[in-house]
Amino acid sequence: MYRESTIVNESASLPYNGGDEGDMIINVGPQHPSTHGVLHLIITLNGETVKKVDPNLGYIHRSMEKMCESLTYRQFIYVTSRMDYLSAHINNHCCALCVEKGLQLEVPPRAQVIRVLMDELTRLASHHLWWGAFAMDVGALTPFFLAFREREMINDIMEETCGTRLTMNYMVPGGVMADLHPDFQKRVHEFIAHFKKKIDEYDELITDNIIFQNRTKGIGYISKEDAIAFGMTGPSARGSGVQCDIRKLYPYEVYDKLQFDEIIETGGDCFARYMVRMKEMKQSISIIEQLIDNIPEGDFQAKTKAVLKLPKGEFYSRVETARGELGVYIISEGATTPYRIKFRSPGYCNLSALDHMAKGQKIGDLVAIMGALDLVIPDIDR
Amino acid sequence: MTRDELKIKISELLPSAVFEEGGEWLNVQIDPAVWLPFAEQLRSSPDLSFDYLFCVTGVDWKTHLSMVYHLSSTNYRHTLVVKAKLDLNQPEIESVSHIWRTAEFNEREAYEMFGIKFLHHPDLRLLILPEGWEGKNPMRKDFEDPVNMIKL
Amino acid sequence: MWSLQNITDNIHDWLYATFNPTVAMLIEYAIIGALAIGLFAMLGLVLIYMERKVSAWMQLRLGPNRVGPKGIFQTTADTLKLIVKEGMTPTGVDKLLFNLAPFIVMIVAMVVLAPLMFAKGFQIWDLNIGVFFITATSSLSVIGILMAGWASNNKYSLLGAMRSGAQIVSYELSAGLSVLAIIVLTGSLRLSDIINSQENGWWIFKGHIPVWIAFVIYIIAVTAETNRAPFDLAEAESELTAGFHTEYSGMKFALFFLAEYVNIFVVCALGATLFLGGWMPLHFGTNTRFNEVMDYIPSSVWFFGKTFFLIFVIMWFRWTFPRLRIDQLLNLEWKYLLPISMINLLLVTFIAIMNWHF
Repeated sequence: MYRESTIVNESASLPYNGGDEGDMIINVGPQHPSTHGVLHLIITLNGETVKKVDPNLGYIHRSMEKMCESLTYRQFIYVTSRMDYLSAHINNHCCALCVEKGLQLEVPPRAQVIRVLMDELTRLASHHLWWGAFAMDVGALTPFFLAFREREMINDIMEETCGTRLTMNYMVPGGVMADLHPDFQKRVHEFIAHFKKKIDEYDELITDNIIFQNRTKGIGYISKEDAIAFGMTGPSARGSGVQCDIRKLYPYEVYDKLQFDEIIETGGDCFARYMVRMKEMKQSISIIEQLIDNIPEGDFQAKTKAVLKLPKGEFYSRVETARGELGVYIISEGATTPYRIKFRSPGYCNLSALDHMAKGQKIGDLVAIMGALDLVIPDIDR
Repeated sequence: MTRDELKIKISELLPSAVFEEGGEWLNVQIDPAVWLPFAEQLRSSPDLSFDYLFCVTGVDWKTHLSMVYHLSSTNYRHTLVVKAKLDLNQPEIESVSHIWRTAEFNEREAYEMFGIKFLHHPDLRLLILPEGWEGKNPMRKDFEDPVNMIKL
Repeated sequence: MWSLQNITDNIHDWLYATFNPTVAMLIEYAIIGALAIGLFAMLGLVLIYMERKVSAWMQLRLGPNRVGPKGIFQTTADTLKLIVKEGMTPTGVDKLLFNLAPFIVMIVAMVVLAPLMFAKGFQIWDLNIGVFFITATSSLSVIGILMAGWASNNKYSLLGAMRSGAQIVSYELSAGLSVLAIIVLTGSLRLSDIINSQENGWWIFKGHIPVWIAFVIYIIAVTAETNRAPFDLAEAESELTAGFHTEYSGMKFALFFLAEYVNIFVVCALGATLFLGGWMPLHFGTNTRFNEVMDYIPSSVWFFGKTFFLIFVIMWFRWTFPRLRIDQLLNLEWKYLLPISMINLLLVTFIAIMNWHF
């Protein structure tokens, strides 16, 4: 059945066979220590210098958009936890927002605050993992374990409230699935106190290290205009001076009532992207501090029908994940399942700029650039 | 620019444009043949300056295909949705990858998922599907894969 | 006091008295060979265990703690595993060079042990060009690494080997120049002479600031020479997966691994001998009473204590610093370390001529 027609085949994928004599073509990945997943890059090298980076995706493509077409509006949210698994909450959040937009559903204030708290905790956990993995990419192995010490505390908090540690599935259309665990506030306070002590250790160990600065400053430069043209978002784009924080530009939930800064660096290199994420962690902590003692009482979920039906139309919602702008585009025909759903994933667009950034740099720089982009492969492949 | 101002401006640029009612942003339905000059104008016109193409996708409507472009401006923060109707059997549209670099990757995805051919695309080959993929385009509605697809 | 000199002399005398000279000599060779191989194996086990425990301590982990008390048999278990593992030779490799390379690296590491003085009167071969012998022989290991990288028929291996070649050849220079600083001060290449010259204080205390500079440069250069982080570009795992030994498995991989640790031991032992007095206890000039107290600690403890302290420092580097890039690595050597060590050598020579050292 499925090998009948040959529309795509007429100009099927050709391996890159350009390059001059003496160039070396190397397959980085799909199993490689620094691609953090099954990303496959075909790189053309001249000695140590990178001439071309050609990504080859699809090793973990699950065709989520197709899957979601046969799942109901309650079910499809669970699939999206597996997209960018490091910001599972935020993915769920975006989908829930899109469904609520279609149903014109008002989310109770308590649920809004819980959602924002969870989002920021997720962002912290994701940035912690990125910090450890990035340091490992540039060759320092110890930070990975330090980052996990903090991340583990967040995971424990998540586990208590959501029941899981990685793919939470906690956000549902209309609110959150369950109320907070009674110990939640105490645990978060403990975490904040711990984090504030340890963040300086991070700076001492990595940020101020001369080797690290040499490895990242001036590496993988991308200008503001190019970053916009490549559709880069999130900390990677803010390192180039692009104002793109969805939480500030198009506030959702309670973000418009909160005091926090959009971190913008103008360096455009790996170090700028690094600094954006480091400062963003402190902003996330400040957001959590503002909310943790002010969780309003009330319902954690709005009353919804058992079977959700979105009216005919198109709905688009976007949120700021740890990696950038996530968009969910639902086309509804009035049925219980979406007619077409599109996930605009931040990683996919950020990856498209990799060739531009890595051209003319060394192999070691390519690894640093990939690390600073914070690529999560299931997010790219969906 | 507000939605109404944008509507006036767009109808000046492209009299043949059809506006759709409803939706969060202004929706424009265009003929694929005029897409390339229209896109260039959207990008270069100083009071529009749509420099940020944040979502590119195809939709299979069973009777026809359509391409949906979500455009935004980092200067003015206005948003526009452009839709182009394509023929089901011979879907072709001009590539805009030289205007917005991000289109290059997104068009490659639409190419393999929907079989839409982007004319003058610099590097139109498979990105996600395995090499030598023979079969229908997976995101088309009539795609069947009895081995891997489970109907609920 | 506490000297092994008597034991070795007694064995030597007894052998020559009992057998005819040729047989006695052969027996001595056999004993030395057995001891060297035993030491080689022991060093591998101890240093790998030490590396694991040090890294665990720095990374908030426990490290190996299941096999034997405190996990001390973990490395033995790993070695056993590597021995019984299939020795894969991938198709497409140059079989002869591929199989030869790990042995070259290992033989070089073993030969370098010869002139080292492990304790008072405990030395395999008191060569009159001891230091020269060590620096000359240890640079041969680059041949083994290049051979492994080239024969593997793998682009990662080739890149790793080329990096390693560039790196070892360049850092040999500053390591050699900083060693020369001590040679200039002692006027001898014989290791026993160098140790004896530190009877009234180690060179690091006697030689003023220039010897300190030479010591620091020596430590940096040998870290690079042994391909240890932050200079582990030859096997940079996040860039080249495993560099020159990507294709190796089983015992052949283990030989590379062991050779790396023995090399660390050798360079640290040489550093301890040249700068920290080798087996010589901590002496201060003619302060006889203090010196006598220090002499109660056996000389082997002094030697191994100093050596393991330097090894610890090198391990500390590895688990703290990010890795340099290849061009930064070569910049560091050719633009900074080499000029500094050249000027430093002149300074030391001047001090030696003017007899300004203690």
